[in-house]
Amino acid sequence: MFKPKDFRDKACIVGIGETTYSRKSGMTNMTLQMTACARAIEDAGLKPSDIDGVLPQSMGLTAEDMATNLGVKDLRFSSSVSMGGASPCAAIQNGVLAVASGVCNYVLLVSGRNGYSGARTGAALSPAGPMRTMFEFEYPYGLVVPMLWYGPIARRHMHLYGTTSKQFAEVAIAARKHAKMQKNAQMKDEKEITLEDHQNSPLLADPFRLLDCCLQTDGAAAAVITTPERAKDLKRKPIYISGFAEAHPDSPSSTTQRPDITRFGVAKCADRVFEMAGMTRKDIDVAEIYDCFTFTVINQIEDIGFCKKGEGGPFVESGRIQLGGELPVNTHGGLLSQGHIMGMNHVIEAVKQCRGASDAQVKDAEVALVSGYGDFGDGALAILRR
Amino acid sequence: MTTQAAPPAPKPLPTPLPDTQPFWDFCKKGELRFQKCSKCHTFRHYPRPMCPSCGSFEYTWEQVAPKGKVHTWVTAMRAFHPGFEKEVPLPIVIVDIEEAPGIRIMSNFNDGTKHTDLKIGMPVTIVFEEISGVQDRAQVTYALPKLRKA
Repeated sequence: MFKPKDFRDKACIVGIGETTYSRKSGMTNMTLQMTACARAIEDAGLKPSDIDGVLPQSMGLTAEDMATNLGVKDLRFSSSVSMGGASPCAAIQNGVLAVASGVCNYVLLVSGRNGYSGARTGAALSPAGPMRTMFEFEYPYGLVVPMLWYGPIARRHMHLYGTTSKQFAEVAIAARKHAKMQKNAQMKDEKEITLEDHQNSPLLADPFRLLDCCLQTDGAAAAVITTPERAKDLKRKPIYISGFAEAHPDSPSSTTQRPDITRFGVAKCADRVFEMAGMTRKDIDVAEIYDCFTFTVINQIEDIGFCKKGEGGPFVESGRIQLGGELPVNTHGGLLSQGHIMGMNHVIEAVKQCRGASDAQVKDAEVALVSGYGDFGDGALAILRR
Repeated sequence: MTTQAAPPAPKPLPTPLPDTQPFWDFCKKGELRFQKCSKCHTFRHYPRPMCPSCGSFEYTWEQVAPKGKVHTWVTAMRAFHPGFEKEVPLPIVIVDIEEAPGIRIMSNFNDGTKHTDLKIGMPVTIVFEEISGVQDRAQVTYALPKLRKA
């Protein structure tokens, strides 16, 4: 029998690729995602037809589409995770298990969409599937977009722990500061955000203001996963996947029925992912934390265990999560200021940090943590190292 | 010349399945009922076939007093759906049901209570409000649980 920690460092990321993050890609969704795929394969030093496992993570691209575009002769493994924004990070688990078991050799993980010029997030929701009960029991009361799903959680957190909107602002300020250092970020040419800008931005879903909300983006990103043995023959230094996990909150199909509405899925898998990696929170040099909303970062910082429950608000103050701070968070600018491609850009940035190749590089970074967050509190974590 | 105001956009309706239909049928009779496990007596919501505490498929629809307390809320400051255009700012409220431990409902106030009046822990009464519309090309009516300040 295997134990999770038997899979520590048994797979690695050997190639990454991204498109420009913009509001108008000018390409079809399939062209966009396959462009990111081709760049990741090229970065790894592989041929498209070398890929024999695929992990498509967005609507509009299937395993069959990927195999026919890449010219794969014998596709041995395919899987799509249904965890909203947690899907790309959670799919790392599927990729590692597929290559470490020998089921296939090179797995291609991709996510992306025309999220601005095509169908927007709210319009893409469907009552079929994991959101069914929300559509029956919550949608009729006006709970029709994600900022309304998570607003009640943020308010409860503010009530229980005294968390403030000004603390939310710290997350937006750090994300914009980092995005301005990046060559590929939707908001790279916009001005820095001040506390006043944040507090003066309109309330949309009280307690969330405009600057608490992520962007909508056209873009795609991809990564190639293989074993360390195969990586020896490739051109890039491998970035090891030391730990990986997915987790789901209590009552995963609705936020309303869980005993503690502020406890996300990642709270359940944090200890096991650190144990798997043989690391502690102190080993993390940089964290790319899923940031559909500013509050979502604060709550995950607590649930991952970087501080105690309720202390996430004070934790993000005083520049602690900015480059140069104790725990730099979302050095690419995140969903808030780089782009929203379901968190695949968080995986890419973690790889770049471990390679020493980010435009907002954390000095001597060796270990990066990635989180995914989606639907009604689903979560995923991965710990990468060079 | 007279001008006619455009009819208001329809609001979204519940989308019941056979497992959830009884909840709405009881609402139409003015009764707030939740599934309660016949074996371990645990309440559950939203409706589903199995008890998550003991795995039993046996349950009753237990009537509870229409009383609860505000657990938390979010206020839609804009109409994110055209059906709610005349109601913003619209508080969307999660309520702990007093006689069904662990059970919450989501709802809106229908007595003019504003988002600025709300406090966590505030007692509320649940009432039922009829909503009609077209679903699968048929005219349908539901009774939605709504809130009043207690």
